[in-house]
Amino acid sequence: MPAVSKGDGMRGLAVFISDIRNCKSKEAEIKRINKELANIRSKFKGDKALDGYSKKKYVCKLLFIFLLGHDIDFGHMEAVNLLSSNKYTEKQIGYLFISVLVNSNSELIRLINNAIKNDLSSRNPTFMCLALHCIANVGSREMAEAFAGEIPRILVAGDTMDSVKQSAALCLLRLYKTSPDLVLMGEWTSRVVHLLNDQHMGVVTAAISLITCLSQKNPDEFKTCVSLAVSRLSRIVSSASTDLQDYTYYFVPAPWLSCKLLRLLQCYPPPEDGAVKGRLVECLETILNKAQEPPKSKKVQHSNAKNAILFEAISLIIHYDSEPNLLVRACNQLGQFLQHRETNLRYLALESMCTLASSEFSHEAVKTHIETVINALKTERDVSVRQRAADLLYAMCDRSNAKQIVAEMLSYLETADYSIREEMVLKVAILAEKYAVDYSWYVDTILNLIRIAGDYVSEEVWYRVIQIVINRDDVQGYAAKTVFEALQAPACHENMVKVGGYILGEFGNLIAGDPRSSPLVQFNLLHSKFHLCSVPTRALLLSAYIKFINLFPETKSTIQEVLRSDSQIRNSDVELQQRAVEYLKLSSIASTDVLATVLEEMPPFPERESSILAKLKKKKGPGAVSVNELEEGKREGGELNGGGERGDNSAISTPSPSADLLGLRTGPPVTAAAPSAGSLLVDVFSEADLEPPTESSDSLLAEGPGDSDATPGCPCMFVCLTHTHTLLSLALRFVCKNNGVLFENQLLQIGIKSEYRQNLGRMYLFYGNKTSVQFITFTTTLNVQSKPVEPLIEGGAQVQQVINIECLTDFSDAPLLNIKFRYGGALQNLTLKLPVTINKFFQPTEMASHDFFQRWKQLSLPQQEAQKIFKANHAMDTEVLKAKLLGLGMALLENVDPNPENFVCAGVIQTKAQQVGSLLRLEPNAQAQMYRLTVRSSKDTVSKRLCELLAEQF
Amino acid sequence: MIGGLFIYNHKGEVLISRVYRDDIGRNAVDAFRVNVIHARQQVRSPVTNFARTSFFHVKRSNIWLAAVTKQNVNAAMVFEFLYKMCDVMTAYFSKISEENIKNNFVLIYELLDEILDFGYPQNSETGALKTFITQQGIKSQHHTKEEQSQITSQVTGQIGWRREGIKYRRNELFLDVLESVNLLMSPQGQVLSAHVSGRVVMKSYLSGMPECKFGMNDKIVIDKQGKGGTTDDSGKSELGGSGKQSIAIDDCTFHQCVRLSKFDSERSISFIPPDGEYELMRYRTTKDIILPFRVIPLVREVGRTKLEVKVVIKSNFKPSLLAQKIEVRIPTPLNTSGVQVICMKGKAKYKASENAIVWKIKRMAGMKESQISAEIELLPTNDKKKWARPPISMNFEVPFAPSGLKVRYLKVFEPKLNYSDHDVIKWVRYIGRSGIYETRC
Repeated sequence: MPAVSKGDGMRGLAVFISDIRNCKSKEAEIKRINKELANIRSKFKGDKALDGYSKKKYVCKLLFIFLLGHDIDFGHMEAVNLLSSNKYTEKQIGYLFISVLVNSNSELIRLINNAIKNDLSSRNPTFMCLALHCIANVGSREMAEAFAGEIPRILVAGDTMDSVKQSAALCLLRLYKTSPDLVLMGEWTSRVVHLLNDQHMGVVTAAISLITCLSQKNPDEFKTCVSLAVSRLSRIVSSASTDLQDYTYYFVPAPWLSCKLLRLLQCYPPPEDGAVKGRLVECLETILNKAQEPPKSKKVQHSNAKNAILFEAISLIIHYDSEPNLLVRACNQLGQFLQHRETNLRYLALESMCTLASSEFSHEAVKTHIETVINALKTERDVSVRQRAADLLYAMCDRSNAKQIVAEMLSYLETADYSIREEMVLKVAILAEKYAVDYSWYVDTILNLIRIAGDYVSEEVWYRVIQIVINRDDVQGYAAKTVFEALQAPACHENMVKVGGYILGEFGNLIAGDPRSSPLVQFNLLHSKFHLCSVPTRALLLSAYIKFINLFPETKSTIQEVLRSDSQIRNSDVELQQRAVEYLKLSSIASTDVLATVLEEMPPFPERESSILAKLKKKKGPGAVSVNELEEGKREGGELNGGGERGDNSAISTPSPSADLLGLRTGPPVTAAAPSAGSLLVDVFSEADLEPPTESSDSLLAEGPGDSDATPGCPCMFVCLTHTHTLLSLALRFVCKNNGVLFENQLLQIGIKSEYRQNLGRMYLFYGNKTSVQFITFTTTLNVQSKPVEPLIEGGAQVQQVINIECLTDFSDAPLLNIKFRYGGALQNLTLKLPVTINKFFQPTEMASHDFFQRWKQLSLPQQEAQKIFKANHAMDTEVLKAKLLGLGMALLENVDPNPENFVCAGVIQTKAQQVGSLLRLEPNAQAQMYRLTVRSSKDTVSKRLCELLAEQF
Repeated sequence: MIGGLFIYNHKGEVLISRVYRDDIGRNAVDAFRVNVIHARQQVRSPVTNFARTSFFHVKRSNIWLAAVTKQNVNAAMVFEFLYKMCDVMTAYFSKISEENIKNNFVLIYELLDEILDFGYPQNSETGALKTFITQQGIKSQHHTKEEQSQITSQVTGQIGWRREGIKYRRNELFLDVLESVNLLMSPQGQVLSAHVSGRVVMKSYLSGMPECKFGMNDKIVIDKQGKGGTTDDSGKSELGGSGKQSIAIDDCTFHQCVRLSKFDSERSISFIPPDGEYELMRYRTTKDIILPFRVIPLVREVGRTKLEVKVVIKSNFKPSLLAQKIEVRIPTPLNTSGVQVICMKGKAKYKASENAIVWKIKRMAGMKESQISAEIELLPTNDKKKWARPPISMNFEVPFAPSGLKVRYLKVFEPKLNYSDHDVIKWVRYIGRSGIYETRC
């Protein structure tokens, strides 16, 4: 190609680009590109060497074509050749092409690395910078491997130019971020810290980004940077706006550097050295003072830069949380911003205030701004700012201003944005509960809440109000009166009906004396809502009616009439129908004494952490605010329910069978709150059940074939006594529970229910056909004993089978169940393990502390003990652990282990041949999230098996 | 039903915008431009959906026609309408181009008012439209009140496509059978798929209200007659290679003038023709297709940097016939850096912009063969992908119908005027073109 005006740009490239721009359609563009590619290919193919200029031009064109979105699969070699050129422009284009186009797996990477190495070792600063930029732009692991050792050397070398140092620092930062394991700390780290003293501000700015990142991972190695940073900061802060020349931005000296310094300091606790600390406090004061000065310029850049430093300083003050004086000043400063014209400033101020509110020093100072914040909530135009204002109100709430804040939030709720309503409702509910001094106020607030934003009130909120009303005698009458009044509104929310039904059913007698709320009036009021409600609510109302019969015998005939009506007793919903029938019979057969026993008032609920708080935590990510809430929750937790109720624990732990039987067995309030250990268990395992069933079934299936190879000589004998099909698999999650869904796929669901007594067990298996087509030739085989089965399951039908189990001796393999059936034309084959494990035959043994340790010592032979140390798979919640251990079947012994954190259990495994006593000790370590599990039993195989089984459970 | 119709130029600027229903807003115009015309990835589907709105588009040279609707319409109907719209515009101002559309935009709005009513397609017969939508080049011949009332009765009457009282001194009739043959063939010469889609286009200059009857060698008709005992010798082939008597038509559609009831019962095609040019029927056949050309490819890879291609084409029809406008397109790999071509006949050239060697032959008689050989130099790439070897495609034009269709008769009856079938001068022409005619290599 003849040389065309070299030097001033590339004409060929310009022509090509303008051709492309002039193309009228995509097709024309593609044609032009194809033509150009063919041209470049023929040029690159040509045997005569191209000069640097043409090479550069064609590589440029290729790059342009690539950026237009076309694939480029050649020209890499030419680009690499450009790297060794001595001309800046050629080198630059080469590096550009490589950083855009070359991926790590290319074989050219060796050549490229070589070229980069040459440039790094050259003394030419521009070449060094180009190479460093290329490394950073590619930033791959390979690059890090090749150069992670080299760059620190360049960074700290004495004779490196400033511009190169900047590039090197940023390049190293990039490599550290992509592959931190390859950047090794060495003696250079201490010298990097000294870059903070560098003359050149650019170097300092680049270095501080690197140091901040490094010190977050290895704070100790970079400790020395604190004092350097403080002195640097004080020099900048105290300098006049003209001192730093190039680094003064709209009269603010080095704003970026200042922010970065302040951020670096936030990685460390307050400096211990008094002098350094004094200097730092001085700096922070200066920054706060400067904020008060009139602005030097009206430009927005000036105030932005100034405020950036200020906010960074305030977050440092909040981070230290040790200078009351500074905290209060920061708070006042933020207070000024609350009414600032700039929306962003208001937002930031509210956000910072939220964190300030949690500090004990500034909490009071924050509270002084309550009026402004409430005003912001009401008048602010920007929704995100309103959200922040609501957060702040929540954070600044305490006993003194709770009533005001809750009232404001309630009134705001009526107009609040839909997106934040649910969160607001939760917050109001929590605040009302946490700071309630007067329970009638609490009841009023929650009922108001349901009235205003019923749709957003989650189940937890109204469960909670019922729990509280039941646990507090003094509000029960008031609550009954209030709900009665609230229900009189022509349209009331379903949640209100639920609360009303429950409370009137329990405490309707407390207001029955007033002729305006006589029993019949109460009943009619509730029944007028009945037809507008969903099925669960209707079920709840039916239970309320039967309680009415108990409370007010005079309503009996009316209510029986209602229960007897076709719409109840022949309701298409099984649940409602069953309730209607049962309640009707109960009311007509049972004597008043029996009724009174069966329909006794609900016992108080056990004290637990508010489920609402848990919900709010789940809703919000781990942010500053929620951390706050956690702390607050701890500090103030249980205050409401504390009081005198603790003594009732004995009553709580004995389940009241009557309430369980008839109260609201399937109604939502009981599942949430029933005091029996059984329902606690349900609660605990409901989480485990949430795991996608398909996943677990997959793993079961995968497990199946391997297990079937194992010897079938299971030492336990199983006898099938009944007629239908058999069997299931052992899922580990059945170790601690007896009922649940064993297996599920698109076709078949297998449910299981089992009970064990001594060495005998009975297992019910339910085969549900989920399809509408019948399964034919359905057979099940147990690897111990098999039996022909009825070969049909109709579509949608369920078949039950009972297996009786007798444990002859101890065992470790579970029996296998093989299921075969035809669905459509295809033969389905399943192999599952039955969930029969040795622990099912446990008999709990209660024993005192010294008995326990005596037996523990007796079982001291090494083979009698099995121990395992393992990491926790689930959260270490004491209640959950207890429930799981109870589900295991052993007795959980309280006050035996000197360390209250530990759990000890004792039990005897009943087999036909012998009895195997077992002792268990579980030591959780909350810091390390580890457990140590020790099992001792009189038979070594049992210890081992138990240990294996249990290790998977926690 | 169609909610609106937009016409865009290649830049996506709206040239014509006609909205028929309220549910189509102005933003629909932009939605189509942004998501289809200016889409980052080329949109290949002719139907696209955005925000519960469906867009049906066709593209003519650089012009986009888009029909928009929010309802669940019959997509085939919409496309039929769009193509009809293109035909109508072509009939009014020949080529559809940005220039022509801008010059005729009043006319186009007038046409759109006429052929779509509240989104329902109306009479789109060019002949009929031309009688009352007259602009520029088309002079109006009807000024009297009487003639105007005649138009009304014609457009609203039973035979909307023909007006009364047409008179010609010479009753003449032209019949064109236009077919396009599509083929996909394996390198070994096995037919993977082949079909012919054909059209019968008629130009009639007949007086009065003539009743026409069209007959061709449809298998069902011939078989029926064969059963009846009459042998029809005129069915013998004079064209193509095979002497088959009848063809099996897979499916066909007719112009609105054809009496479908008669076709359904007797399979005879009888109609009162519109005046001037129109498309009488469309059909498709897949059996016993005469393939006018056979392409025999030979590709040899010599190392990583060289490729040798040899392609032979053989014509497969009567030696007395001449194929025209033959063009063979041989794709080249994407990393081609140079090509040398040698061919005996015609001209061949490597077109870099299309990544193909294009070989053109003006004329070629039947039962001949010709060949081309090319050496392709390749640039080694670091891409491990193998070249996908796209098929070799071909274009041509032959003077017979590759489906084997033949016109047996076209009878004209006009009882009111005194000319008979013999007085009408009839011309028949067959043209077979290539559709997508590809051979894998």
